Amino acid sequence: MAAWRVATVVETVPETVHAVTIRLEVPDWPGHIAGQHLDLRLTAEDGYSAQRSYSIASAPDGERIDLDVVRLDDGEVSPYLTTDLEAGDLVEVRGPLGGYFTWEPADPRPTLLVGGGSGVVPLLAMLRHHAALDRPSGMHLVYSARTAGDVLHRDELAALASGPRAVTVTLTRDAGAAPPFRRGRVDRTVLAEVGWPADAAPRCFVCGPTPFVEAVAEALVGLGHAPADVRTERFGPTGG
Amino acid sequence: MEGDGTRKIVNRGFRGRRAGTAVPLPPGQYLVEDFPVLSAGPTPSVSLETWDLTVVDVDGTVTRRWTWPEFRALPSEDVVVDIHCVTQWSKLGTRWTGVSLDVLLGDIDTTAEFALVVAEGDYTTNLPLADLLGGKAWVAYAYDGDDLEPEHGGPARLLVPHLYFWKSAKWVRGFQLLTEDTPGFWEAVGYHNYGDPWREQRYWDD
Amino acid sequence: MDALDGNAVAGTLAELFGSDLTDATTICIGCGDHRPVGTLIAYVGGPGIVLRCRGCLTVQIQIVRTPRRVRIDLRGARLLELVVPTSQR
Repeated sequence: MAAWRVATVVETVPETVHAVTIRLEVPDWPGHIAGQHLDLRLTAEDGYSAQRSYSIASAPDGERIDLDVVRLDDGEVSPYLTTDLEAGDLVEVRGPLGGYFTWEPADPRPTLLVGGGSGVVPLLAMLRHHAALDRPSGMHLVYSARTAGDVLHRDELAALASGPRAVTVTLTRDAGAAPPFRRGRVDRTVLAEVGWPADAAPRCFVCGPTPFVEAVAEALVGLGHAPADVRTERFGPTGG
Repeated sequence: MEGDGTRKIVNRGFRGRRAGTAVPLPPGQYLVEDFPVLSAGPTPSVSLETWDLTVVDVDGTVTRRWTWPEFRALPSEDVVVDIHCVTQWSKLGTRWTGVSLDVLLGDIDTTAEFALVVAEGDYTTNLPLADLLGGKAWVAYAYDGDDLEPEHGGPARLLVPHLYFWKSAKWVRGFQLLTEDTPGFWEAVGYHNYGDPWREQRYWDD
Repeated sequence: MDALDGNAVAGTLAELFGSDLTDATTICIGCGDHRPVGTLIAYVGGPGIVLRCRGCLTVQIQIVRTPRRVRIDLRGARLLELVVPTSQR
């Protein structure tokens, strides 16, 4: 788990204007739990290297892993990953990492997922795994994005939202937000409406930029959820 | 600055953030145009009404103290300096306004040869007293003509550009004068007690 | 730059300790707060990694990496408690 492995890029798929899904094959990948991430390292010809953490977007699937990378124009790593990386290229990865921010499939409790921007990625893995296993427990995702064009895997999210799973997408900047999108921020009112009441004792997972995570975590605790039931993962400006 | 292991592969076309430069930089540094914000703790909110800057002598007595109005009434100067962070970025031609340590410590009568710079929170850094004097250091309150922003150390930070920039303590509050060099926040865990970028003195064993 | 949390340094901690630490818990020497390492406030990108108690801001873990060594200072944590992986029970 702590060792670097060499992964092969199977394909890169444009997801939105700014984001690309990178499909990797990792020989001897030990498997992962939804919510975990990996570290990815790029090395230049002169030996200079840079690494970043990326949440695993896909549910466990043998040696296959999907990453969703959002391009930051002034980033050091994301421009390369979203523009230059090609099928057949090799990248070094280390993982899976993270034993705290993980969704256990056997957990019978309902789950509330709240993601801001690229913070939705580890939550997407949870939703996908829940669906793949056909779990009966409730799982609701609240996903805050800026504009409709920034919403990752929009169609797939709509398809996943069936049976015990529900998805609410709120847009903070799209003035023309129309159903199925809501307009505004994820605040206490939204969480109370689409989340689970505190006495249902859900597991809550909150992920995204630090200010988003802290505001949502505070709102959830304010609604009566036990702090230990609200798991958080904060992303830096590189989006994780 | 990356860790372990042999590099197994090379990513064709990846260059990273480095840009070429015609100006010589200290070894291992690269040039940046922005001004990265790096901290070891939360940005403190400092009240100018309770702010003070003190000099504490070897025996523990406060020999000098300025409130904010007193500090701002001292003679100050504009300086343009290059800064070098131990995390490898360098920024050239940065403009600051501040009070020279020659003004703050001028004529001080002490047996001390070292100083421990004390800042808000638990941040400290150490250096020889001589490296604060002789036109080499300032307590700066303005950057690029504007009041120094909190995330960059405002209301006032130490500026000692001939050493790695972790020595230029943000949110400075005082100087503890010492007869022996005493490692500060980063020095105690592996960083160099002196920190000359031109001799690449980043760590203990450099 | 906003602070992150212990999840951000999961890889570094796993490299140093040989297993994931984000669900390990510490007891803070400052205030006795007892929480997973994944929830500690993390300052990264500077000369080293600093993990602070979310309750009282005491530095619990400080990590500095040099080309030859890694130094870990754990003096802010009175106790570090790891979960034994299922495979090793």
